[in-house]
Amino acid sequence: MNERASIKEGVVKTVLTTFALSSLLFLFLIFIFILIEGSPLFLKVGLKNIILGSKWAPTKGSFGIFPMIISSFLVTFGALIIGAPLGLSCAIYLSEYSGKRLKMILKPALELLAGIPSVVYGFLGVIYIVPLVRDHLGGSGFSLISTSIILAIMILPTIISISFDSIMSVPKTYREGSYAMGATKWQTIYKIVVPSARSGILASFILGMGRAIGETMAVIMIAGNALKIPMSITDPLRTLTGNIALELAYATGDHRLGLFSTGIVLLVIIMALNYIANFGIKRRS
Amino acid sequence: MDIKIKVKDLRVFFNKQEALKGITINVARNMITGFMGPAGSGKSTLISTINRMIDFEDNIKIEGKVYIDDVDILDGDINTVSLRRQVGTVFAVPIPLQRSIFENIAYGPRLKGINDKAELHRIVADSLKKAFLWDEVKDRLDISANKLSGGQQQRLCLARTLALKPEIILLDEPCSGLDPISTAKIEEALNELKKEYTIILVSNNTKQIARITDYSAFFYMGELIEYGTTEKIFTNPTQKKTEDYISGKFG
Repeated sequence: MNERASIKEGVVKTVLTTFALSSLLFLFLIFIFILIEGSPLFLKVGLKNIILGSKWAPTKGSFGIFPMIISSFLVTFGALIIGAPLGLSCAIYLSEYSGKRLKMILKPALELLAGIPSVVYGFLGVIYIVPLVRDHLGGSGFSLISTSIILAIMILPTIISISFDSIMSVPKTYREGSYAMGATKWQTIYKIVVPSARSGILASFILGMGRAIGETMAVIMIAGNALKIPMSITDPLRTLTGNIALELAYATGDHRLGLFSTGIVLLVIIMALNYIANFGIKRRS
Repeated sequence: MDIKIKVKDLRVFFNKQEALKGITINVARNMITGFMGPAGSGKSTLISTINRMIDFEDNIKIEGKVYIDDVDILDGDINTVSLRRQVGTVFAVPIPLQRSIFENIAYGPRLKGINDKAELHRIVADSLKKAFLWDEVKDRLDISANKLSGGQQQRLCLARTLALKPEIILLDEPCSGLDPISTAKIEEALNELKKEYTIILVSNNTKQIARITDYSAFFYMGELIEYGTTEKIFTNPTQKKTEDYISGKFG
């Protein structure tokens, strides 16, 4: 009986290990696959002409994606500028100020917000945000600012729930120590609670950023997809993800390879951001 | 007896369970008063009512009165922030802020709006000296407070309380996690401090209560069983329960 039990243990462990390692395998395969598909073009056209080239005319041999790289950064940055303070404030409110009952309503509502498909957000953007921007800020409305606003809303649940968890995990004794020294609630929050939860809050921003830079559907619907670097917040733009999604269906030959190159650049940017972010968190905490 | 704190028929309910069952006690100015009793006796609840830290608990109900210098501190209009500057608290487990020694002590004064460097330095030095910690840390005020030993951290917590310039100091089992030498240093500090402050010491350690307090109160199951001078309580208690407790028969 004992021997059978230990065989069973062994089998379970092997199966679980295989499953666990498979995620690593998938990551590896994705990377290899995109690299194989996209790298021939890098060799043919040159890395510099792709990354720093400003003209995207894949059927005429121009594969510059520099404007899209800049655009991807801009919408992501914009989403963070709007979403981070909003999300952090909401997390602080939920953890420090709201009553139990309100918390019980708000938390599931936030989780629902995270579950809404991105095409719905895009829809929302087209119907409300785009006309709003057009009427008040000018331009066509399909713009950097509209995209950033929608992305900010989309990353809110991520920022709020992770920040909230890390703020809640600050030990009660820290707060008590601060109150006992005559701190007000707000002084305790910004001098003790938020600094103590710093690494979790930063992590929430980074995950939000990852979601924003990778978002495709909603962005295509609102960004306007123009092939140039936006010079103002009301200018349209095209992101790396948008470029792939818009053109892959009909692209052939070198054009198709160009899209894979875009994918490689996107992947490298996301991995670099993750690495920098993780490094930053570890160093600060 | 020169009274600093007057507690009148204080009842505290946690979720409708009575944690304090009508406590009436007067605490003397510039003395050390010891609160002793087994776990669940209500001694910690009483001090968290005096500094209003009890406000942070859920589902509490408080009846009765607590006066400090004839001001009713349970009044809804009382400013709890300034009350907690007047009533300093040292907790059982020393939790320094995640900052330097200097910043730990300067935290309270800074909150009050003191930002002058020289003034802060004076307060920090003064508080550390009063807490008998100055000689051990004076050359390394900028190191993280977490690097100090447990006993030093507890004296740091005492020093940061003193930096608030309180009138009353509440110590909730301040030596429960400390070695005898650290305990002796805290006790030495308290003996000096009582000249300027009214001190309440909550402790499970009856020997400590006997050693350094002037008055002692024995609590049991939310009731004040006996209160008097420490000498009287420890040599000639009137209640059987008190006698059993201080002689170590239960607790």
